[in-house]
Amino acid sequence: MSTTDTTDEATEQDPFAAGGDAAEGHVYTVTGQDWDSLVSEQAERGDERIVVNMGPQHPSTHGVLRLILELEGESVTEARCGIGYLHTGIEKNMEFRNWTQGVTFCTRMDYLAPLHNETTYCLGVERLLDIEAEIPEKANVLRVLMLELNRISSHLVCIATGGMEIGALTVMTIGFREREKVLDAFELITGLRMNHAYIRPGGVAQDLPDKALDFVKDLVVWMKKHLPEYAAFCNENPVFKARLSGVGHLDLAGCLALGITGPPLRATGYDWDLRKKQPYCGYESYDFEVQTWDTMDAYGRFRIRLNEMWQSLKIIEQCVERLEKMRGEPIMIADKKIAWPAQLSIGSDGMGNSNEYIKHIMGQSMEALIHHFKLVTEGFRVPPGQAYVPIESPRGELGAHVVSDGGTRPFRAHFRDPSFTNLQAMPVMCEGAMVSDVVVAVASLDPVMGGVDR
Amino acid sequence: MSEDKRPKPVEGRDEDASTGSAHIHEESDEKAPITGAEPEGESEPDAGTKPESLTGEAPSVDSGATEAEEDEAQLATTEPTAEVLQVRRGMFGVKGSGDTSGYGGLTRVVEFPAAATPPFGGWWDQVYDRIGALIPDFSDVITKVVIHRGEITFHVERRHLPTLVQHLRDDARLRFEFCSSVSGVHYPTDKGAELHAVYHLQSMTHNRRIRLEVSAPDSDPHIPSVVATYPTADWHERETYDMFGIVFDGHPALTRILMPDDWPGYPQRKDYPLGGIPVEYKGATIPPPDQRRSYS
Amino acid sequence: MGVEEKLPSGVLLTTLENLFGYMRSAAFWPATFGLACCAIEMMTYGAPRYDSGRWGQEVFRASPRQADLMIVAGRVSQKMAPVLRQIYDQMPNPKWVLAMGVCASTGGMFNNYAIVQGVDHVVPVDMYLPGCPPRPEMLIDAMFKLREKVRNTPIGINAIEAAQEQEQQQLEAPTLVEQKGLLR
Repeated sequence: MSTTDTTDEATEQDPFAAGGDAAEGHVYTVTGQDWDSLVSEQAERGDERIVVNMGPQHPSTHGVLRLILELEGESVTEARCGIGYLHTGIEKNMEFRNWTQGVTFCTRMDYLAPLHNETTYCLGVERLLDIEAEIPEKANVLRVLMLELNRISSHLVCIATGGMEIGALTVMTIGFREREKVLDAFELITGLRMNHAYIRPGGVAQDLPDKALDFVKDLVVWMKKHLPEYAAFCNENPVFKARLSGVGHLDLAGCLALGITGPPLRATGYDWDLRKKQPYCGYESYDFEVQTWDTMDAYGRFRIRLNEMWQSLKIIEQCVERLEKMRGEPIMIADKKIAWPAQLSIGSDGMGNSNEYIKHIMGQSMEALIHHFKLVTEGFRVPPGQAYVPIESPRGELGAHVVSDGGTRPFRAHFRDPSFTNLQAMPVMCEGAMVSDVVVAVASLDPVMGGVDR
Repeated sequence: MSEDKRPKPVEGRDEDASTGSAHIHEESDEKAPITGAEPEGESEPDAGTKPESLTGEAPSVDSGATEAEEDEAQLATTEPTAEVLQVRRGMFGVKGSGDTSGYGGLTRVVEFPAAATPPFGGWWDQVYDRIGALIPDFSDVITKVVIHRGEITFHVERRHLPTLVQHLRDDARLRFEFCSSVSGVHYPTDKGAELHAVYHLQSMTHNRRIRLEVSAPDSDPHIPSVVATYPTADWHERETYDMFGIVFDGHPALTRILMPDDWPGYPQRKDYPLGGIPVEYKGATIPPPDQRRSYS
Repeated sequence: MGVEEKLPSGVLLTTLENLFGYMRSAAFWPATFGLACCAIEMMTYGAPRYDSGRWGQEVFRASPRQADLMIVAGRVSQKMAPVLRQIYDQMPNPKWVLAMGVCASTGGMFNNYAIVQGVDHVVPVDMYLPGCPPRPEMLIDAMFKLREKVRNTPIGINAIEAAQEQEQQQLEAPTLVEQKGLLR
């Protein structure tokens, strides 16, 4: 329900108005069953400008996004985004935690692609530590596996919620059904369904459990069987095409000027993908194609996301192949002064460090005990400097600008979030369109407000 | 000490740099005397796939004095883009007499990576020389170049920023058409240039990345806006303003973007408290993270 | 013995309280107040695997006027708090609030300037659900507990008395900090 929420008459206070809301001009409070009086009142006044607030709480704005639309009938003449409703101060919080604890914070920014946040942060920290070359091969392959699984789950949410917002509810149910399978894989490998804190500076937190590779193989088979459903539902669906084709047009010059990356940029036909252009984590050794489309609209972005899921499956198969041959290899850097020490397992009294590990640090190696103690309480120190290592997240270029002052805590960790930058394109795409196109255009950008507001 | 500006108690900062991290500080451990300053800046050429960089000699090896007074003198006389970040004294937060461990006398100078002198190697020289060709007197414009871990940072004088970015975007050989982000950093110890704005530029044509760093003092936190050249910087600059108070002159609509419009203060500055509340448990309270004991 | 024994079949005796509780707990209509990561878990709660439609809750009403349960899923920032209160005020009685996740319950891991340390600073909360994010099964458990609570809500004079008693208890109860010696 969109209501204008400022003062009703000049002297009356609107009970719904927030204090301090500036009111410009006459404002109408719509309570229902009064459309006629509203229209006649507006006709009498003769001014056509109505500012409608698609407020932070709205089923179709992808989270707490406030869209301030100036409408003329059904067309949008001016559109602005109000963000900041989910600002959590994560970046400042990270300045009071260890480098490794920072992973648990940054993972909650873009909450649909948590592993991507972790990866860009860890790559920045590793670059500052100058250990990029010493990350074990298995850790890199595991990172790629998790990143691609995350890409699939993120695109599924985008497609599901996008479908829900335009009324295709079945797309939502099947999207979340597929996503549950991917989340099961995450739970098996990292222990959590979301916000994993799995990728840490130096490698990954835990090794693969025994059945993980079989599970992932079954997952790939399931996905290959069910992904065509989305194409069958949507690709040639006349209603879908009518809603999405030509909507949210943004050409290459516009994208570059506004700093747009990810599917909206690739929908213009430009095959810019950081996994190919500036590879990280060993992406240069995988065989996959960058998906583009050339219609520059929401439909193109949707098709790109679908195709990217297929490419992600391809990469996952290659990862699984490699991991089969890497059983028993280390997943954390060899340097014990940086590698996260804990080896967790489930014991009789819950989860804790595994018995072998306790025996090792208590009975066998004093250095191991010291390392464990120092790393868990104080953390490692990172040489001063700054680093920026961007990666290709499902939404675009995600980079962490990490500044260190030589201490055990990030001096400054700023995340360049793709959703933050991509949302700047919203007015460009929506002004001149209709209100229903606003919803579709925003959905095609796929903003995640956690990343926008951090 | 300038360290008092930090919200954490000062003793928390006087922590020894880990001597055990031989892997990280290989070279400096060998070169530096035990009780002297241990420079933690970059002092060796970069390894790896990036073009070889010939960084200038880190001046800190010699000038990192062992006397506290010399350190303070160094801090007092350095220019706005100082390399010395801070001087850490003692270990475990111990100060004054009563500390018989001997660790209290340790003094360590923490410095940022040293400035590099051309030639830098690889395409960095191309970029640098091209900027030189386009902007005649560009030693005023680019005050320092730092190369660290395969990334190049140009420290730019703030009033020349708009012209520089115009050239960076438009010239065919530079063609940095994509501005990835604008972030703010607050260095309270960097007197006269506390607020830094860091611009990450990317050339998709040439597949290159550079970084520009601009600084402004607390007393005059104005930096010209680059929105005219990079419209994407619009929200990024608003966020930097919101979080740090850096006013970008020429920005079309510089308002708060993340905090409520009437919020006082600039949250991500170092002198702004984290703002948490003590957490109550049965029988005890745990103070918020910025007020807890810290050993580092 | 009593009149119940003498009733013909097909007549049921109950109390109004029982009836109200039964009706109200039958099918909550949640208002969409998904903010952050917990919102995704709330969406999976409505999705096929953890189907909330089993209990009549698949209808997430967008308009607070038509909802009776507000699941605050996610961290509430200072900017969002007035909006939260406004949505709560727009809901008609009877209404309940379920604080989902640690951020909504107590501020969670974000103990800082930007997050309201628990939505009970802004709205009265009936059920707190910890987790970061809580699994959908945990949300189901919280829903069940909330349903039990609603099922047994007193009405009329009983409600007034219960409220007074609760207030009295809370005034006399020791604060958390004073409850020492529990670890022994």
